[in-house]
Amino acid sequence: MTTLPQTTDKKLGLVIDLDTCVGCHACVVSCKGWNTENYGAPLSDQDAYGSDPTGTFLNRVHSYEVQPETGPAQLIHFPKSCLHCEDAPCVTVCPTGASYKRQEDGIVLVNEDACIGCGLCAWACPYGAREMDAAAGVMKKCTLCVDRIYNENLPEVDRVPSCVRTCPAGARHFGDLGDENSDVSKLVAERGGMDLMPEQGTKPVNKYLPPRPKDVEPEFDILAPYLEPVAQDQKGFLGWLDKALEKI
Amino acid sequence: MHPAHSIIIFTVTSGLGFGLLAWLGLGQPAVTGWGAFWYFALAFALSVGGLISSTFHLGNPQRAWRAVSQWRSSWLSREGVLAILTLAVMGIYALFAVFFGQTLTVLGWVGTILALATVFATSMIYAQMKTVPRWNHWSVPALFMVLSIGGGALLTGHVLVAVILLAIAGLLQMSNWTRGDTALAQSGSDIGTATGLGLRGAVRAFEPPHTGNNYLLKEMVHKVGRKHARKLRMLAFLGMVLVPILLLLIPGGWVVIAIAFLVHLAGTLTQRWLFFAEAEHVVGLYYGKR
Repeated sequence: MTTLPQTTDKKLGLVIDLDTCVGCHACVVSCKGWNTENYGAPLSDQDAYGSDPTGTFLNRVHSYEVQPETGPAQLIHFPKSCLHCEDAPCVTVCPTGASYKRQEDGIVLVNEDACIGCGLCAWACPYGAREMDAAAGVMKKCTLCVDRIYNENLPEVDRVPSCVRTCPAGARHFGDLGDENSDVSKLVAERGGMDLMPEQGTKPVNKYLPPRPKDVEPEFDILAPYLEPVAQDQKGFLGWLDKALEKI
Repeated sequence: MHPAHSIIIFTVTSGLGFGLLAWLGLGQPAVTGWGAFWYFALAFALSVGGLISSTFHLGNPQRAWRAVSQWRSSWLSREGVLAILTLAVMGIYALFAVFFGQTLTVLGWVGTILALATVFATSMIYAQMKTVPRWNHWSVPALFMVLSIGGGALLTGHVLVAVILLAIAGLLQMSNWTRGDTALAQSGSDIGTATGLGLRGAVRAFEPPHTGNNYLLKEMVHKVGRKHARKLRMLAFLGMVLVPILLLLIPGGWVVIAIAFLVHLAGTLTQRWLFFAEAEHVVGLYYGKR
């Protein structure tokens, strides 16, 4: 059913720390690796080793330059995947019921057996989170690694989305954003987590932590007094030379 | 957007087909027997042909039947349901008109309402898209409806009505283009809100996630078609509105009407190509493109 649930028991999602992300794209690779060989149709590539390679990815890392009014420009790496919106426009436009939002945890999924590949959901998503697989003709999107997070065959430490497990910088966090006492919710509250394109009215579950303000350089160096030259006047030959040259 | 041929043909021909069915349902013209046969054959060829064409852009058309299930939330599904209902009702209506020489007046009215509702549902597939500010406006359904009814008037030889409706379509089209050109800028979405970094300073896309192309860029950030947009708008306006109106003002009977229709068809196909080619999706903001 492509009508959205009124409420979901949990709001599972990601918190992405833009201050910490180093833009290594490890999450992109691990996402593709896990999701091409587990749930649903593989994430195909076309002309992978040719002159015009393309392929399906569920997670991509952009990089942006931000130039403040004063001070140096900042480079911010920006991973982007499905935000599992509370008011997901991709779900309601689906004509077949293939797209749905789970009532129990809020994950937005595609039932690939019912997807006709019309592409309308990708059009309804402002974030570019959905990509049609050119080989399978069905819509692919982030599943929040639904086949990992509840998978009791995996060690407990691995029961998080692949991107979170992989991130070497610890820039990605997974949890229940509907529970205000969860670690991710506390992180969002503490760091001022934000929504992407809030004006689109999608109410994304995933949050982005803005870069922390840069340290401001103090007007004087607190170590300066200790670093001042001890000998103010040169003595000996160099002192004589200095004075002699000064007089010329 | 990448203007898919199947979708352009579908929206234009089925719009005309359902517009023609709407007129026939009202008994305009009140035809029976062979006269009715050719009218209905044309109407069904246009509407059904368009619907079949629309399945060509699907990744898995063999499952297209599933698309009628989600009418509660999806305009695409509603369109499918309404199209089938219209064709069924008007099929029965046509059957009686052609073979029994009987006009089932009330059924015809129902068919007319369903035909117009189908065109409205088609237009709402696009007009509902908040992600494409150019489309997200009442003038889109208005234009689709007026073009459909106007095209039907043209095909049924209601010359005066056709002239008036085409003129209205022209005005709607002009305002739609003018408003559309600033729609993205006025939507409130920009690279700053897309990244959430706008309050910190001027945001610039520094490095894309991939050096090659991808589905999103191919499908939604299609720029090739916009190069000749101005010239194509002129051609579309001439073909869709101006030339047919001038032709219809010549008293020349069916030959002139047929020529006017063909010119209108070519103009509307151009207009619809532009409708898709010029659609700017907000996802382009993430790539620093439109």
